[in-house]
Amino acid sequence: MGRDPSTLLRKYHQAKWDEPIIFEMSVPGERGILVRRAEHEVQDEVGDGVSAIPASLRRTNPSRLPEINQVRVLRHFLHLSQETMGTDVTIDISQGTCTMKYSPKVQEHIATRHPGMAEIHPLQPDSSLQGLLEVIYKLDHFLREISGLDRFTFQPGGGAQGVYTGASIIRAYHAARGDTKRSEVITTMFSHPCDSAAPATAGFKIITLMPDNMGYPEVNALKAALSDRTAAIFVTNPEDTGIYNPKIDQYVQAAHDVGALCYYDQANANGMLGIARAKEAGFDLCHFNLHKTFSVPHQCMGGSVGAVGCRKELAGFLPVPRVEFDGQQYYFEHEASESIGKVRSFFGNPQSLLKSYAWIMQLGADGLREAAECSVLNNNYLEKKLKEIPGVSVRYSADKRKLEQNRYSWEKLYQDTGVGTEDVMRRMADYGLQHYWMSHHPWVVPEPFTLEPCESYSRDDLDEYVAVLRQISKEAYENPELVRSAPHNQVVHKVPEPSIDQPERIAVTWRQYLKKKAKAQDVLPG
Amino acid sequence: MAAVPEEKGEGPRRPARLKKLGVLVNPVAGMGGRVGLKGSDGAEILRQARQLGAVPHSPGRAIQALQAISRIKDQIELTTYPHEMGEDEVRACGLVPHVIGSITKGATTAEDTRRAVRQMEQQGIDLLLFAGGDGTARDIYHAVGQRVPALGIPAGVKIHSAVYAVTPRHAGEVAARFLEGKLNVHVAEVMDIDEDAFRRGTVSATLLGYLQSPKDRRFVQSVKSGGIQGEREAQLGIAADVIDQMNSAWLYLVGPGTTTRAIMEQLELPATLLGVDVVRDKRLVASDVNESELKQLVADRSTKIVLSVIGGQGYILGRGNQQLSPAVLTKVGTENLIVVASKEKLVSLAGRPLLVDTGDEQLDQTLSGYLKVTTGFREYVMVKVGSE
Amino acid sequence: MSQAKPVFPYIPNSVPQVKAEMLKEVGAGDIMDLYEEIPEHLRFPGRLNLPDPILDEYSLKRHLMGLLAKNQNCVDNLNFLGAGCAEHFVPAVCDEINGRGEFLTAYVGESYADHGKWQALFEYCSLMGELLDMDVLSCPLYDGAQAAATSVRMASRITDRYEVLIPRTLSPELRLVLQNYCQPDHSLVEIGFDRQSGHLNVDELNSKISSQTAAVLLENPSYLGFLEDEAEDIGKIAQQHGAEFIVYTDPICLGVIAAPSHYGARIACGDFQSLGMHMQAGGGQCGFIATVDDMKYVREFKDLMFGITDTVGEGEYGFGEVLFDRTSYGSREKGKEYTGTTTGLWAVTAAVYLSLMGPRGMEETGRTIMQMSQYAAQRLSQIGGIQLAFQSSFFKEFVLNFDKTNKSVAQINKSLLEYNIFGGKDLSNDFPELGQSSLYCVTETKTKRDIDTLVSALKEVIEHG
Repeated sequence: MGRDPSTLLRKYHQAKWDEPIIFEMSVPGERGILVRRAEHEVQDEVGDGVSAIPASLRRTNPSRLPEINQVRVLRHFLHLSQETMGTDVTIDISQGTCTMKYSPKVQEHIATRHPGMAEIHPLQPDSSLQGLLEVIYKLDHFLREISGLDRFTFQPGGGAQGVYTGASIIRAYHAARGDTKRSEVITTMFSHPCDSAAPATAGFKIITLMPDNMGYPEVNALKAALSDRTAAIFVTNPEDTGIYNPKIDQYVQAAHDVGALCYYDQANANGMLGIARAKEAGFDLCHFNLHKTFSVPHQCMGGSVGAVGCRKELAGFLPVPRVEFDGQQYYFEHEASESIGKVRSFFGNPQSLLKSYAWIMQLGADGLREAAECSVLNNNYLEKKLKEIPGVSVRYSADKRKLEQNRYSWEKLYQDTGVGTEDVMRRMADYGLQHYWMSHHPWVVPEPFTLEPCESYSRDDLDEYVAVLRQISKEAYENPELVRSAPHNQVVHKVPEPSIDQPERIAVTWRQYLKKKAKAQDVLPG
Repeated sequence: MAAVPEEKGEGPRRPARLKKLGVLVNPVAGMGGRVGLKGSDGAEILRQARQLGAVPHSPGRAIQALQAISRIKDQIELTTYPHEMGEDEVRACGLVPHVIGSITKGATTAEDTRRAVRQMEQQGIDLLLFAGGDGTARDIYHAVGQRVPALGIPAGVKIHSAVYAVTPRHAGEVAARFLEGKLNVHVAEVMDIDEDAFRRGTVSATLLGYLQSPKDRRFVQSVKSGGIQGEREAQLGIAADVIDQMNSAWLYLVGPGTTTRAIMEQLELPATLLGVDVVRDKRLVASDVNESELKQLVADRSTKIVLSVIGGQGYILGRGNQQLSPAVLTKVGTENLIVVASKEKLVSLAGRPLLVDTGDEQLDQTLSGYLKVTTGFREYVMVKVGSE
Repeated sequence: MSQAKPVFPYIPNSVPQVKAEMLKEVGAGDIMDLYEEIPEHLRFPGRLNLPDPILDEYSLKRHLMGLLAKNQNCVDNLNFLGAGCAEHFVPAVCDEINGRGEFLTAYVGESYADHGKWQALFEYCSLMGELLDMDVLSCPLYDGAQAAATSVRMASRITDRYEVLIPRTLSPELRLVLQNYCQPDHSLVEIGFDRQSGHLNVDELNSKISSQTAAVLLENPSYLGFLEDEAEDIGKIAQQHGAEFIVYTDPICLGVIAAPSHYGARIACGDFQSLGMHMQAGGGQCGFIATVDDMKYVREFKDLMFGITDTVGEGEYGFGEVLFDRTSYGSREKGKEYTGTTTGLWAVTAAVYLSLMGPRGMEETGRTIMQMSQYAAQRLSQIGGIQLAFQSSFFKEFVLNFDKTNKSVAQINKSLLEYNIFGGKDLSNDFPELGQSSLYCVTETKTKRDIDTLVSALKEVIEHG
């Protein structure tokens, strides 16, 4: 019993419940919950209520939701949660660039269940929301200090929406200057896809820079792309390769020289808290992913906040409403003539703001710095150990120090054994690890995997992770078919065709699935 | 004498029909290059090479590729030519070949290649996997054109044709996935290298034509390969962008290539796949023009040239579009080049620059630096350009 | 002597001994050696100016509770605010499931280790599909406003047109988000409303719709609460002009109100905060887009879509990604708009909510809301000085006009606070044509006693100041 101390490998098996799809559990007549009924006196006065609905809008056929008793609904979803490998239960170094750090339970419980956060309405009078407004105001000031910029908004519901907000601000800035030529945005191949997609959505043409052999684009490439049509550059630094571009201030300078703004996507800020800031590099705007760097949990891809900051010259363009303080009371300012308006309802995800606030309050300046240093130390330690595994290589700047994450390649393993990164990705779950993330598309590094061992992971965690990858490398050389046919101890086996593009195979709802199944004898290839 | 494939007896239920893989090895490909001779076509060059101690390398490369295929050996039938043209390599992997045709051992020629491919076509192969160089690709092209999909295992000196996989192992992987029905085909350039010129130190490459070849999508997670959908959309996006910016008074010289052809298709104009067409105001001015025709046309009109990346080496000028001579290029002006390519194509350069070899060194120098390549509608990538 | 640096419970390797050993192992003398790639001039000199940390958990807890105690909440106060975020009943099992650590901390794991999450999200899409009576949904969006904005751009891509017709009565939140999101290429054209009913003015629609119209966006129920009973005709007008008919709706009404697809909408969108999410000052907002099963629409979704498929195991369900190249993850800027992390946990919560409710629960909830809100409207409009702004049927929200009280809504709401009541949203800024009016929201959480309390409080406030 217990993890093998010599190999650090676990005889892990995922909970496998063979759980049906919820509709398959329906029993006509069962009730999951009973709903409050109107009092008799109310019914006497207004009748059944639904007669008031115009005939053309009455729902005549009830929806075909399943009918299931409460016990089985609870059990069903608990089974599904057991079949989910959240960060709470695994060494989640795997999701590189996502900064899967521990979300402290003390702030979780309060932010999600305290009535002072869960049961407040966004349109309540300012006087009744003083606690919330204080948190927003103070968090704004914390991030100003951490980034060196002058003003933050928390309205964007995620990093991508943060980039979109930045692009909207940049668009408004140039329009206000009367400059109609600024139609282009420059970004890099290793930036997050949203750094090109969001500005494109905002109407810009996108020029992408390729990395050169150091792993980041040459300054000359940027200069060749810059012109009086450039609205802004959108860059991440370090990029997903973990390599810090030491010439970033030259980039910023070159962009400023042509009158363009500079946006800093700080999804990868975790290694630099208290050590390097947007301001010193000269950036005009930035965003932080509060659900990455600042401990808000990832919530099945949710609950996120893209905290967007800017220099004071641009602060007028930020969305409304904004939190102000008059010395006595906090209040929302709704009027702002230059503002881009809104990117999201109300003012974002307040419960997530409380969590980030709490995290910063608990760690303080020294704690933030410690988090940064340990994440970088963890990453360098991990890199050293991983490079000793047969088949692993690092393509760019292999001999240079990385910051908090790194991109590796199994190219050699693939050439030697035919086992590639996707096979290893599926196999590692058999040892209790979350599937690692490979890379954004297109894959510039072949057979990639990107790992980020942030400060939440202990040395032993890192050693176990390395042990698993070493084991899988060994399996690839000795018994490649075992890895290629993985996974073996998960809920389900390998999906042979996970990329679903033919219309006849597309089934995103149960009803669509049943219709297509009925239409063809055997519609889904096996 | 044809061998009979070994019966496997009762086994798991087989798919309706076994896929047929044709395997062809050009045993002499690349031999010259290793001992400092360029190319290896011609019996005399081959004799010199052997004297200098050259050892054939394509057999070894072919074996690497076949090892990668062996995981689907129960789903395929391997058809090949005798001895060193495939049979030896297949058997060396523990696979069972269906051998057709006949050769003179130790003295194979280009004609053997062509005959082999024609006979395999008659056998109804689904894919031809071959090991060789540009010469081999050329022979295959002459023999079957686009009737049979083909994929090359790199085994020559330097290969300009785009129909080769990146490495031998990869060739096997791609072939296997294609036979499993997971990959689509695209057309890949076959470059004809003038071997004599090559031996004298000049590269004179013409675009001979295209082979159908499985699309090797190593720059996308294989499970997420939208397949031909993604590639086609990229081409349409590029075409839309180029057309969107066309100035009706200017001439547009549209170079050879499939990406440039998409532009002609969107304009509903006939395209010369291997040549240069001329468009103005979205109408065809001339088709498949030569250098002197071009010099006349551009003499008194502002012009832009639309170029795609030709072959596997990343050339935009000098390989397959020599009609765009230094004189033409200088008149048009190097700032008036529009280069089009998919992002995947650029990523496949793996950090190498796009290349130019116009024949005029100074012009090549002017072209070196960074160029904005159109990769989609309103999307561009800065790419380095150099000359070798 | 300075205090020894604390060891942080959330930072295991902050133990000095461990840190030192690891540094040695990576060949660094000092931690700052690892930062050698950052040039000096780009480093932040000194120490961040942040408050002293509250290191121990108990003290932090007290601090946070103290902050939240400065908020008035809707448990201690009677809340009648809606306007896009509403106080609905949240079943305990919903909180139980979205509090589970596995769901709380899952992110983008593939469909093996995270099979449960993918199945839960598939079930969310499936359950919403039944409620909306439509076959296709994507993963959730940031909120209803984003869903409306993306629906509009989807319609634009489908029709290759750039003009969108919206009601004057559209939610101001939606309007502001749409205005920004529609730049630079799309234009929004407003259609007025009938003063008696609030309904979209169909004559004006007919005069303004054209061959340039990409879509007609209709809110049903309206932001102002009323039901658009001419919705089907509006849809036909859109169709006749080759425009898409997009309906923005509140899913909690669909137990008693017809689904948009029943009256001609091929794209439905909205916010599903009402399906099991606490208000959280707007943190529970989450958006959905649903369409009919036609590749013309399926291709235009901008977010991830998970499809059910086979695995190599006999009888197993697995999941895969549908048309991945469609999204910006697959194709960067070539993808449809952009996508990212949105509101996955709320989708799981909604799946639980709908599973518990079933068809009967949704019907009963809708009924109770209709009854309680009609009771409230009736009683309130009987108060001297207060009138219902619109003479039409409504769901959950209605507009009260206070012009005849000679008091502003702001004054009245301020007075109501002394009774621990949050009055309805003041509409006088956004809809000056409605005078001093306010939007009242009455859900299944309001009892007869709650409403009677509001009535007597308002009476007092109006009569006595």
